[in-house]
Amino acid sequence: MQLTNTQSATYNDGVIRQFSIMAVVWGVVGMLVGCVIAAQLVWPELNLGLPWTSFGRLRPLHTNAVIFAFGGCTLFATSYYVVQRTCQTSLFCGKLASFTFWGWQAVILAAAISLPLGFSQSKEYAELEWPIDILIAVVWVSYAVVFFGTIAKRKVKHIYVANWFFGAFILTVALLHIVNSAAIPVGYMKSYSAYAGVQDAMVQWWYGHNAVGFFLTAGFLGIMYYFVPKQANRPVYSYSLSIVHFWALIFTYMWAGPHHLHYTALPDWTQSLGMAFSLILLAPSWGGMINGMMTMSGAWHKLRSDPILRFMIVSLSFYGMSTFEGPMMAIKTVNSLSHYTDWTVGHVHSGALGWVGLVSMGALYYMVPRLFGQKQMHSMKAIELHFWLATVGIVLYIASLWISGVMEGLMWRAINTDGTLTYTFVESVKAKHPYYIIRLLGGLLYLSGMVIMLWNVIKTATSGKPAIASIPPVAAHA
Amino acid sequence: MDINTLRILTTVVSFIVFIGILVWVWRNRNTSDFKEAANLPFEDDQS
Repeated sequence: MQLTNTQSATYNDGVIRQFSIMAVVWGVVGMLVGCVIAAQLVWPELNLGLPWTSFGRLRPLHTNAVIFAFGGCTLFATSYYVVQRTCQTSLFCGKLASFTFWGWQAVILAAAISLPLGFSQSKEYAELEWPIDILIAVVWVSYAVVFFGTIAKRKVKHIYVANWFFGAFILTVALLHIVNSAAIPVGYMKSYSAYAGVQDAMVQWWYGHNAVGFFLTAGFLGIMYYFVPKQANRPVYSYSLSIVHFWALIFTYMWAGPHHLHYTALPDWTQSLGMAFSLILLAPSWGGMINGMMTMSGAWHKLRSDPILRFMIVSLSFYGMSTFEGPMMAIKTVNSLSHYTDWTVGHVHSGALGWVGLVSMGALYYMVPRLFGQKQMHSMKAIELHFWLATVGIVLYIASLWISGVMEGLMWRAINTDGTLTYTFVESVKAKHPYYIIRLLGGLLYLSGMVIMLWNVIKTATSGKPAIASIPPVAAHA
Repeated sequence: MDINTLRILTTVVSFIVFIGILVWVWRNRNTSDFKEAANLPFEDDQS
């Protein structure tokens, strides 16, 4: 490419700056919507009696905003940052990279408008209607071209493990999105799934669980494998373990989806298979967590003075915790208690707020000052405060939903001696009320940390100016 | 060929490939290749 040749002396960081800033902005927006719907569960009148602000429409807005807008922008930013620096070359086709930014923002805007208007395919984490799905597919394929194109023109021999994780995330999400979004359009914003009945459900949860496994895990493991070593200033604990971690995750995650359909019309053997593979997943997950944690060995003292490293390491603790909880909840007998209760919501948020959120924030705090030619963030004290607000927020959030979820599950299954139900459904709803208030409080704490981060990022960006990072000469180490 | 035979073969071959990867990693665990790769994040350090 002509374009990349002329730019080959410096890294292409403009698009990373754009994605980093928008990640923080969308983080605030998505978490704010989350707090609104958490408040609606406490005080239902907060839906204002309007269709556009009802829980059923705002909830997918929240999930799409935090996963695809906040998480997505973070993944674009970090993967572009990491792939250039570990391949020691600029991005392949800078114009296409720029298109992925504007295209992705267009997808987010389309979601923010169409979801409150009530357009939905009714597939969890895949609600967007078919014209938006097509745009997503185009942006995603462009992303793959930029990413793999950059790897192809790398100046070093090896492909660093973080890029393997990013690459798997990009390929798999393309596959998942295209298969699950297959639909027959019957109007400009209305379509019906290409699959029917239990097959449709299985395709949806094959997608849904792998969205967790590849969007929210593999991509963020890519972040972990670059930014933890960088921030701790030592190479990853075991490179062999990282390769085993990668392949074990790839070979097992694809099979775990059926655990979302326990005790449904899905054939029993499929449910058991999903449960077995979910249990196996504990091994690669913990292997990866240990690999990240042990990278700190001999440098644990840095945690005392470095809040960014603390974000990353606490994030790994939550990763370990939620990947222990997940396999446990996939066991059919446990699932019969936990499914459809708040326990599931708590579990998802211990992964999302704890693992995905904290590691993203850590990586953004690492990148932002470097991208704007600063030594460090505008205020390290504010990072410290953000860390504690976020951590306390997560603990309040998940602990309250553990209690309310288990309580709710036990109330639903309680039976009198004559075989009638002990509690009516509404009694279980009423019992959850105080825990919903605590959950909202946790969410508000987490959101306030994010607002502080936005202020800190704006301050850092405006007091610095876009830095031009040159690519070091390659031959030195070859 | 029956589609189920194909499915079984894919699963078995995948498993063998995974075991192959484990063996390959174990044999190469101390080679300089892995060391070099592990140090890639630090190769571009100017700061």
